[in-house]
Amino acid sequence: MSGVRALILEQVPALRRYARALTGDRERADDLVQDTLARSLSRIHLWRPAASIRPWLFTIMHNLFLNERRRASRTVPLGADPAEPAADRADSRALLDDLDRALGQLAEDQRAAVLLVGVEEMSYDDAAKVLGIPIGTLMSRLSRGREQLRRLLDGDGRPRIRRVK
Amino acid sequence: MSGAPVSESDVQALVDGRLAPARAAEVEAWLAERPEEAARVAALRQDRDALRAAYGPIAAEPLPPRLAAEFARAGTPPWRRAAAAAAIFALGGAAGWAAGYFGHGHDPERRDVIREAIGAHRVFIPEVRHPVEVAASEEAHLVAWLSKKLGHALKAPDLSAQGFRLVGGRLLSDNGRPAALFMYENSAGLRITIHCVAEPGASETAFRYREIDGVAAFYWIDEHLAYAVIGKLQRDRLLEIARATYAALEKK
Repeated sequence: MSGVRALILEQVPALRRYARALTGDRERADDLVQDTLARSLSRIHLWRPAASIRPWLFTIMHNLFLNERRRASRTVPLGADPAEPAADRADSRALLDDLDRALGQLAEDQRAAVLLVGVEEMSYDDAAKVLGIPIGTLMSRLSRGREQLRRLLDGDGRPRIRRVK
Repeated sequence: MSGAPVSESDVQALVDGRLAPARAAEVEAWLAERPEEAARVAALRQDRDALRAAYGPIAAEPLPPRLAAEFARAGTPPWRRAAAAAAIFALGGAAGWAAGYFGHGHDPERRDVIREAIGAHRVFIPEVRHPVEVAASEEAHLVAWLSKKLGHALKAPDLSAQGFRLVGGRLLSDNGRPAALFMYENSAGLRITIHCVAEPGASETAFRYREIDGVAAFYWIDEHLAYAVIGKLQRDRLLEIARATYAALEKK
């Protein structure tokens, strides 16, 4: 059993990264991760060792995220986040702000698809499982999400991100 | 060559680098005739890289205490904590990753121990004729002798999977206490050392990292013994060896 805990622990950095990008807010992201850990650690017995632990954890997180969204009566504004470490360089900070804003304008299901595939580098199969959708649906959300993101970062007077460090 | 028409899914899979080489070549050829599509693909890649660059560092941050507490709450037995810590570290990358998690209680003292250990590493690894007191040919005797001196059952981990073979070991004095040094060497003649000193009463720690003048060390405490794996190696490579050492020591 304890070996499974170590496997879960290994996924925490990725869960935090995904939650942060998904919610656009550090505190909310860690709330989500904390709930995910509490739930997964109390349900270790439900995980089948033959399956990879990563999709299982992300699925739990996704469901918690949906529940939370249903409860939330208002949209938490995405964007500038004062809790971000001050040591961040100004340009990476600006990049993060731009992307937070752009991602915040995507439909949630598209945002999740773009992040699971693009940032978490999850296979299309696993990402579809996490989101509970057929792979064809995943591909269309991915395509539409990326297209929308491209327009948001491209036009509308906002300078397109040119440099990636 | 499948020659199938290029779909939007093909384009996405190309962006994600998930097409088989032959199909990727077909899609690239298709793009070469469509500058607008090619520009779109370039932009999609750029956006993906920007997302990775912006959110990637979050995965290297230290684990917030409230998240660590979830694991403590779940009742992880103590002897597993170090393994979990090792797992944390393996992913963390950043120096402070696990430090904030398992507390700094032993840090001031550890620093001295590490400086001593790195010092001993520097003194002994250049030795050509007498790098060790007891050679690997007498491994059983070496381990029994050092175990007796330290009052703990030691082990010379097998690092052959990492390309290192045991040269031998020696007894050291570390601030007046007996300490054990095991020396290993790879086929290129590069030497690393593993230091071991008793830490009665100390609790397990995560892996920690320190570097002094280009010599790097990963160190941790497990079951009342402090270990340091030391070498002039890239951090990732040394971490790999430290993890292998930890795993070998864990095997009873």
